[in-house]
Amino acid sequence: MSTASSARMTTADTTEAPLLQVRDLHVEFRTREGVAKAVNGVNYSVSAGETLAILGESGSGKSVSSQAVMGILDSPPGFITGGEILFKGRDLLTVGREDRRKIRGAQMAMVFQDALSALNPVLTVGYQLGEMFRTHKGTSRKDAKTKAVELMERVGIPGARERVNQYPHQFSGGMRQRVMIAMALALEPDLIIADEPTTALDVTVQAQVMELLADLQREYNMGLILITHDLGVVADVADKIAVMYAGRIVETAPVHELYARPAHPYTKGLLESIPRLDQKGRDLFAIKGLPPNLVRIPAGCAFNPRCPMAQEICRAEVPPLFAVTEADGAELAGRGSACHFWKETLHG
Amino acid sequence: MGRYVIRRLLQMIPVFIGTTFLIFYMVYALGDPVNAMFAGKAVDPAVAAQIRHQLWLDRPLWEQYLHYMGNIFQGNFGTAYNGEEVTTLMGTAFPNTLKLTTVAFSIECVLGILLGVFSGLKRGRFVDTLVLILTLLVISIPVFVIGLVAQYFIAVKWHIVDPSVAYGSPWQDLILPGAVLASVSLAYVARLTRTSVAENVRADYVRTAVAKGLPRRRVVTNHLLRNSLIPVVTFLGTDLGALMGGALVTERIFNIQGVGYYLYQGILQQNSPTVVGFVTILVIVYLVANLLVDLLYAVLDPRIRYA
Repeated sequence: MSTASSARMTTADTTEAPLLQVRDLHVEFRTREGVAKAVNGVNYSVSAGETLAILGESGSGKSVSSQAVMGILDSPPGFITGGEILFKGRDLLTVGREDRRKIRGAQMAMVFQDALSALNPVLTVGYQLGEMFRTHKGTSRKDAKTKAVELMERVGIPGARERVNQYPHQFSGGMRQRVMIAMALALEPDLIIADEPTTALDVTVQAQVMELLADLQREYNMGLILITHDLGVVADVADKIAVMYAGRIVETAPVHELYARPAHPYTKGLLESIPRLDQKGRDLFAIKGLPPNLVRIPAGCAFNPRCPMAQEICRAEVPPLFAVTEADGAELAGRGSACHFWKETLHG
Repeated sequence: MGRYVIRRLLQMIPVFIGTTFLIFYMVYALGDPVNAMFAGKAVDPAVAAQIRHQLWLDRPLWEQYLHYMGNIFQGNFGTAYNGEEVTTLMGTAFPNTLKLTTVAFSIECVLGILLGVFSGLKRGRFVDTLVLILTLLVISIPVFVIGLVAQYFIAVKWHIVDPSVAYGSPWQDLILPGAVLASVSLAYVARLTRTSVAENVRADYVRTAVAKGLPRRRVVTNHLLRNSLIPVVTFLGTDLGALMGGALVTERIFNIQGVGYYLYQGILQQNSPTVVGFVTILVIVYLVANLLVDLLYAVLDPRIRYA
């Protein structure tokens, strides 16, 4: 792509421009009940070959922000009210509708959560895969089917030649998700956004699908955004994690550091609430309270009503994403925490 | 698929027997046909008894029914009391009604689905509200009012078309009666399509289609419509039969000598062979239409085909 060189010029502040850069993104939903602020100033970036995991509960804005990136936000009621989405140096929010469509599927693709409902029930799998080539490349119907078979073989669906004419409901859950991945992979995009790709699957199948996704990403050197609420899923595949809460990123960190030493009380709570076998017999830990209503996000830090460390300042001031350092001030690359008391959380 | 068709065909048999027997019984309950034949004048009891014997009227009802059905399957629908073969009457009536129904059905399909898709995609906007109000209006006004008003203005006052459709007149003369006959069904089709489209437009697979970067038109026609039309097709199929029987009012307004016209005459004159014969044909049309719908349904929705 010729845009790769221009990308470097437009983002002069970095030598190696990331593939995707989301800057100060704001998304709101205008509903009868009021304006729900789903995404409130989110920043993140993904480079080629890198995996970013976005972690959060439902309603944290993790899916909405990725839909905004993809350009498939339901609008109305959803509106992007601010920010930039730089993809290969180009702000997608200023790109025309038709150009945006051509980017979708071809340069960035999405894997959805529930493949049974995300695939069209009345069209064959081969048709839905072939459609990618037919609409983006003008491939003939016959060649598109051949390509569909190749894709299905590529993602490890046995008997692809026979199964290409079957319908989604004739596949098992794991195989369906492979079809979904094949569809995203079809035109070898630079970026894949996977929205809870394994949530609807059996645990045994989850690992296989996750592994497939990770392998393909390495092979094609794609950027991958993995959206999940499951801390276990991301541990092995992600490079870095962004934790979201009430439409903001509350903590960013390389994956292993986040697990070892969380710097935000919310992340800490999440990690502690994973059930563990070696603590059998003890009560399960849960973060008290519920995620806030996005129409009425609490003043100050949105997490303060549920936070065990909350002080006066937490109710008054929205904490920015502080750069997190070691206790002696040594820099910790890629770490940030939106907590007034990140030092106390991290260093005790 | 083959087994599915056979199963559906077998299911038609009890329905056919049930409905025809019910009609047979109800017409029988209309009164003594021999009296009706002589228009209530006194008849010689011996002559009456002989006629009854000839017409199997002195047998039990179930025997009459079997006898009648046996004849029907040999193509003999009997003779109306005025001496005309019922099949001759059918030969005049059905082509007329069929033409009218075809026009009405086409209008219903094309206009109904178009309106429905349009308003479904623009849910909550002005177009949508307009379609909803207009269709509600059409549904709530009786057909004979719509028909008479349309006839008065379009035919009588503005002379755009003839107020009555002569036998063997060209297709375009049937557009006005066809539109009147289609009006209520059209409104239902539009509303049904609208709801279905509005529901499916938020479906996950439509979002997938958008995420695939498909052009908007392709998303709507190949992904959204294929799914949204499934309930509409069901309605259209059953409505095809209803249109044929329900053409009665429209046929009377526009003086079309179709099924409705002859059925009406038959009931007035207690002419049971005509009534039972015509209704039997309508039942068959209805059943076949339903079978076609079910087959079409299976074509449209593979989940049913392979169930």
